[in-house]
Amino acid sequence: MKHYIKKSLLIFLSMLVFSACNNLSINESTLPSSAAEKVYVPPGEHDEFYAFLSGGFSGQLSVYGLPSGRLFKIIPVFSVDAEKGYGFNEETKDLLNTSFGRIPWGDSHHPDISQTNGKLDGRWIFINENNTPRIGKIDLSVFETTETIEIPNTAGNHSSSYVTENTEYVIAGTRFSIPVPQRDMPIDEYKGNFKGVLSFLEVDSEDGEMDLSFQIMMPGFNYDKAHPGRGKSHGWFFYTTYNTEEANSLLEVNASQNDKDFIAAVNWKKAEEYIKQGKFKTMKTNYAHNKYDESTHTAKTEWVKEVKVLDPAELPGLVYFLPTPKSPHGCDVDPSGEYIVGSGKLSSDVTVHSFSKMINAIEEENFSGEAYGIPILNFEAVHAGSVKQSGLGPLHTEFDNKGNAYTSFFISSEVVKWKLGTWEVLDRKPSFYSVGHLMIPGGNSGEPFGKYALAMNKITKDRYLPTGPEVTQSAQLYDITGSKMELLLDFPTVGEPHYAAGIPAELVKPRSKKIFKLEDNKHEYATLSERDTKVVRNGKEVHIYMTTIRSHFSPDNIEGIKVGDKVYFHITNLEQDYDVPHGVAMIGANTSEVLIMPGQTETFIWEPKKVGVWPFYCTDFCSALHQEMQGYVRVSPKNSSIKLSWSLD
Amino acid sequence: MRAFFHNARVIMFIAAVLPLAVFIFPIWNVTLEAPQYPTPLGINIHINDFSDVNPHDIKNINLLNHYIGMKYIPDAIPEFKIFPWGIILTSILGIVISLKFENKYFLYWFILMCLLSAAGLFDFYLWEHDYGYNLDSKAILKFTNADGTALAYQPPVFGTKQVLNFTVHSYPRLGAYFLGFGIILSLYAFKLSKNLKLDVK
Repeated sequence: MKHYIKKSLLIFLSMLVFSACNNLSINESTLPSSAAEKVYVPPGEHDEFYAFLSGGFSGQLSVYGLPSGRLFKIIPVFSVDAEKGYGFNEETKDLLNTSFGRIPWGDSHHPDISQTNGKLDGRWIFINENNTPRIGKIDLSVFETTETIEIPNTAGNHSSSYVTENTEYVIAGTRFSIPVPQRDMPIDEYKGNFKGVLSFLEVDSEDGEMDLSFQIMMPGFNYDKAHPGRGKSHGWFFYTTYNTEEANSLLEVNASQNDKDFIAAVNWKKAEEYIKQGKFKTMKTNYAHNKYDESTHTAKTEWVKEVKVLDPAELPGLVYFLPTPKSPHGCDVDPSGEYIVGSGKLSSDVTVHSFSKMINAIEEENFSGEAYGIPILNFEAVHAGSVKQSGLGPLHTEFDNKGNAYTSFFISSEVVKWKLGTWEVLDRKPSFYSVGHLMIPGGNSGEPFGKYALAMNKITKDRYLPTGPEVTQSAQLYDITGSKMELLLDFPTVGEPHYAAGIPAELVKPRSKKIFKLEDNKHEYATLSERDTKVVRNGKEVHIYMTTIRSHFSPDNIEGIKVGDKVYFHITNLEQDYDVPHGVAMIGANTSEVLIMPGQTETFIWEPKKVGVWPFYCTDFCSALHQEMQGYVRVSPKNSSIKLSWSLD
Repeated sequence: MRAFFHNARVIMFIAAVLPLAVFIFPIWNVTLEAPQYPTPLGINIHINDFSDVNPHDIKNINLLNHYIGMKYIPDAIPEFKIFPWGIILTSILGIVISLKFENKYFLYWFILMCLLSAAGLFDFYLWEHDYGYNLDSKAILKFTNADGTALAYQPPVFGTKQVLNFTVHSYPRLGAYFLGFGIILSLYAFKLSKNLKLDVK
């Protein structure tokens, strides 16, 4: 009997193995063998594209190479990052300041790269924060966050942070309408009382500094996604809306009742005219504008108290509504600027509007009504066509440079390729699973690089080795050079990428800095040579002016520190060689380590609580003598009379 | 015939002026290659200065050298004061010879320049020797040869040599070529005038 059981178990096991093999061969046969070659970048060689993937709830921006899918860096933007000291050191903590206080976390969504004449210029990348409305700017010469700005009168900054074709503006927009200005009122009086504010931030063409130029006070809908006009439609911005029902509870049902919501078309050139004519109201507010200065290596917060607001009900020609079926999500404009694609996420169709038809309809005043004083254009008068029964749950559309569009379908979990103008479906490929955004490098510009499409999937379940209940999100790379899309690769992502921006490496690589020049270091506490190192007491505050160079700290023995002191380690990395950072960590410090690039100064605070002799050390394996790179601080009792002294022998 | 002789004088004149190019171009270059340095470290030696090939190269060479107890490459050496005058004076001398003196002086100038150049190279050798052998007794890394003697790190005067993890190249640069060409040209000027059997005055 026992033998019999054993035997049947064996048969069962061999069947399992056999079926597993079978599965494997099926899986493999779906990928042509050339796929591996197409994504293989040999050791030491560089990828063709940079891909910047937002981190979603990680609050960061990760940098990948395409086609390899290799991760190079995670740029901290809205969340603290102990690895880099971001948000912990004295230099960067102010980048997280908001009118709600310093916030250690953010929800980053839609990166967009700066443009000149409708083409990617690779100077900066902007990214929005959804939860505490902000926009961050990353300087692509250093791949670091150099500016964050809070967006007032906004809640859920989701229709953001897209740039116009000359980076005249980067935009912000409210997903959740709220009372503006905020006040104590019953929630069920939402309808007609809540407002949705769209913001335009001018970008300085030299240094990229953002400035909140004006806001447009829109009806209380949800402003979901946006894209700028380009080419012929340059000067306009388009936003999808949902919850035009103005529901304030159980939105999954109550905001899904209208057959059509709107795409809002905003004429920002007109807005500029109205601002010039003084037809704005100035609202009192208070928001943080945080700027990092590369020469002082330090961020500072400026508090802004006023904002200019335009009311589209009183300003004709500023905003029009284009009826668009079923709670549209993605709002995408093709490279020519003619087609505005609204993906009705609760429908099976992708609706496309025509910019030229829209202009005609406006001239002919072909309106079907109005909403809060804003004209609603006749659907038939603006509608260019629809991609019919193309899939379930269309979300986002990207474009190649051959007149094709690619739309992600969340519910039917696929990427669908279709033709602009004829609206015919050309190809469809599954995504694993439930794709959200798509990205084609240069996709939000007049000149896409139609070689790869990257799908960002919300669900992976069994796609990788399991890691407990929480598993990774993923990105999936398709070759789109042929008539049919070809799946090449998928790779795990950091956080949940909502959108990505891609750019040919050649547009960024040459500008990437190797070091910070020591002679340009204007940090308040910089120490530019070992001769200038010192320790200074100012009451209970002690400032240590320290330097690092292979392979020692100067000074490395410090005495005269007392329990209850607040000790500032101001450390300047005197190195001027590529890829020689030094890190510093102090036992018992309630901040993080700092990781200091060559020529940079960073500061962390240590508040010694215990008497003794305490070591500090270099955290980055800097050299052959890295393990020797250490020092001691002697901490004496509060009432000690030991004088400050420091040395390096 | 006289025109030819004139040509020899012109050639001697050019020969005497050419060494002045060392004030424009580096004379020598030492380059250090290692896997961690995809962009090699390099130092250019000028008549009156050391310079980085890429920014901070000398600083970074010094940083590496301190591990094996080598001295820092100084900002200035006494030769930087002497050599420029040597070049200027010999050039002036050559010019005067080309204008006023009989042709055997072309040869004397040639010999003088050869001797001075050899002295310069020997000085370079001595300096490199001191640099490679005269090491700090507290050096962090002390390597020995198989026979137990301390490993020295003298870079080559001319050529390529492996020094620990670095491949060190030491070769002349444009300044040296101008100087060398000038010296050879003076010999040619001498030969030319001699073949024509022309005497001066």
